[in-house]
Amino acid sequence: MPRIESLELRGISKEFNGVFANEDISLMVRSGSVLALLGENGAGKTTLMNILYGLYAPDQGEILINGRPVRVTGPADAIRLGIGMVHQHFMLVPRHTVAENAALGLEGAPFLRPAAWAAGRIREFSDRYGMAVRPEAPVWQLSAGEQQKVEIVKALLKGAELLILDEPTSVLTDDEASELFAVIRRMTGEGKSVIFISHKLDEVLAVSSSVAVLRKGRLAATLPSKGASKAELARLMTGQREITAASRPPASSHAASRPAALEVSSLSVRSDLGLPAVRSLSFSLAAGEIIGVAGVSGNGQRELAEALTGLRPVEAGTVTVAGAPAARLSPRGLRDLGVRHIPEERVRLGVVSAMSVADNSVLSCGGDPRFFRGWFLDGAAIRRHAEEIIDCYGIKTPSADSRTGNLSGGNIQKLILGRETEGTPSVIIASHPTYGLDIGAAEFVRSRLIAKAAEGSAVLLISEELEEVLRLSDRVAVMYEGSFAAVLANEGLDRARLMLLMAGSKEAPGRA
Amino acid sequence: MLEFIPRPAPSAAARVRTTLGALLAGLGLAALAFLFMGVDPVKALASILAGSFLSPYGLGETVTKAIPLILAGIGLSLAFTGRLWNIGAEGQLLAGATAATAAALLIKDSLPSFLTIPLLFAAGGVGGAALALLAGWLKTRWRVNEVIATLMLNYICAEFVQYLIYGPWKGPTQSGFPYTDNFAASAVLPVLGATRIHWPTLLLALAAAVGAWVLLNRTRFGFELRAMGGNPDAAAYAGMDSSRTTLVVLALSGGLAGLAGVGEVAGIHQHLTYPWAVSSGYGYAAIIVAWVAALNPLLAVPSGLFLGGIMVGGDAIQISMGLPAAAISLFNGLLLLSLMAGEFFLTYRPRWRRA
Repeated sequence: MPRIESLELRGISKEFNGVFANEDISLMVRSGSVLALLGENGAGKTTLMNILYGLYAPDQGEILINGRPVRVTGPADAIRLGIGMVHQHFMLVPRHTVAENAALGLEGAPFLRPAAWAAGRIREFSDRYGMAVRPEAPVWQLSAGEQQKVEIVKALLKGAELLILDEPTSVLTDDEASELFAVIRRMTGEGKSVIFISHKLDEVLAVSSSVAVLRKGRLAATLPSKGASKAELARLMTGQREITAASRPPASSHAASRPAALEVSSLSVRSDLGLPAVRSLSFSLAAGEIIGVAGVSGNGQRELAEALTGLRPVEAGTVTVAGAPAARLSPRGLRDLGVRHIPEERVRLGVVSAMSVADNSVLSCGGDPRFFRGWFLDGAAIRRHAEEIIDCYGIKTPSADSRTGNLSGGNIQKLILGRETEGTPSVIIASHPTYGLDIGAAEFVRSRLIAKAAEGSAVLLISEELEEVLRLSDRVAVMYEGSFAAVLANEGLDRARLMLLMAGSKEAPGRA
Repeated sequence: MLEFIPRPAPSAAARVRTTLGALLAGLGLAALAFLFMGVDPVKALASILAGSFLSPYGLGETVTKAIPLILAGIGLSLAFTGRLWNIGAEGQLLAGATAATAAALLIKDSLPSFLTIPLLFAAGGVGGAALALLAGWLKTRWRVNEVIATLMLNYICAEFVQYLIYGPWKGPTQSGFPYTDNFAASAVLPVLGATRIHWPTLLLALAAAVGAWVLLNRTRFGFELRAMGGNPDAAAYAGMDSSRTTLVVLALSGGLAGLAGVGEVAGIHQHLTYPWAVSSGYGYAAIIVAWVAALNPLLAVPSGLFLGGIMVGGDAIQISMGLPAAAISLFNGLLLLSLMAGEFFLTYRPRWRRA
């Protein structure tokens, strides 16, 4: 295996359906160094790494190893060139042992008893890099952190000289994360190199030698980690976009005197992996008020939204909607209390793609007598309702009977918005409501949320776009590691201060 | 390099064209197979057609076999629409037959026919539904995969029927054969003329086709069922109770298969007999009926007739041309494979591209 002295990406571009996932990106990693790839969700980090690993072919640009252009047409090529990748979601066979998983697809493994041979190599590698991995343990018994070690060992067994780690700490506890950093340091000490994908600023600064910041598919900057500040990185990540449209009128400053529509007290929720995702969170949202939750994604926003809408069990704490206890309610029970939800994953949760636009326009309406006559559907009323939403929201669809899956993402979002903001809901949980929309559609969605708040709905707006949060919200809550680092009135807020809070800096005590 | 490009939603005309094309292709393949076996393919296909649809006797047999296929096929269409893979129509059919037999043996000739027969159907429907609900309970309460549960219950039901006919229910009047006593005349379904078509079950099947279509397309239950099948996560997000929907649709699905079982014992055999005689694989063939009908309960009627025709036509050439039973399975298999391939080409368009 030739040593990778340097790996260079030159002018890489990749387009999906007319949208650039990567646009003219050039990067360089040298032997013994760690390059952190930083960016918000959807900034193009994973696409870029999938190109490097041969999973996608770039539309333009080239990959050079030790100065010579190479062709990577698939993972097999990448492995032969000494590139290893540890995916965010592990690619392990749960019922097999660690050794059996490692032996799978390993070149040079003997025909007979390959797992025993692999077990020997695993011990060798785990001693060398200080990773405690038991070759005979079945994978399903291992924690996420242990499974990650198996993936790393697998890559090393295949001769990886450059290791790509895709959001490696998202599944780890703090202790496991620092263990991982130690392993990374040992590897780079041997001259191997690492590309570390993350959106957590602290760990990026702790582990990397240089940082490449991606924003909306483009390279925003490459800078040495030494001397870089979290605030600077946060600004590069989110960008400072000009405010172009009218902000929320300050007319709702009296909102605080209104009754609370949603009260959350000491709420704790676990992630899919059973780790604490929302930690003892408390806040109160008044009718007619918009609270914007700012923060880098992955800090518990998704789990918060799911818990408040009944999709995820509440571990501890209380939730009250208009005075009624709501922490243990089903999605139906919460909807009956007037809680509406614009979900983050609109196609996975918000619509049934195979059903018509008309059907989807009443998907979450339960047995609403306007659309259902007893057991039966009122087809004409449902159709009228769908056509109203189509007209009012300018949804581009051939007809109300068209298959919803054929609509574009923006039109699907408008359909969901039309359905979920109908009437005057008591609470609207809006998760990344403008994510991926073009400017016009995004502006429309924002104006609807403002209008609903003016009509008396309480809105919890979860967004990664700081501009959006600042424009719409009465108060801004900064979410970091499962709790609100601060809840601030949206008046003369210092953007730099918010960035720092988002990056995990503690507020000086005594500040409101 | 051959590529497959997804097509937008196919039109009804495209669907009909593709289905007919696939049928022709399947017949062509079958003709080739007959040629290899040294049989005149034209003659073989002609006698299949004559034996199943073109002769009065054949047509009567085709309709007779289509009755259980349609009933069970409708039930499976409902379950499959909700993405519940009920593979247990065979067992549910037997459970219906067993429950109807219990009712018939209990009632004997104490009630007039117009009361006995509805009671038999009610018992059979409940029997089939109860068996499917057992699988539904295992799924909703313990997350047992319904494929495994329903499939295994098929074998349990078959063995249970054997136990009954060799054991406690063995009829003293059947001169040693493992059958229950024959049903009283008032518990036997009337047939059409000289055929074996037990028309009350046929009427029930046609009514079920319409009823199931209305349920699926015009009611809130059907709406929630389609949502659950189309995207279970979205159904949960929208506040639908998928456990309840699962239980109800499995009960309906099993109940319809149970009705098919009633028709077989009360219309054909007039007693409970070997499980493989009560149902010659109708519960499994109904899976194909449902898919060929594209899970549309109304289309389950022609689809059931078609499959019934294949079964009868196969039997016909087996006798008239002396072909082995395996040749018939081959013929059936080729036809069904072509139909399924047609379904694939309906959703994907092949395109040749130079690498």
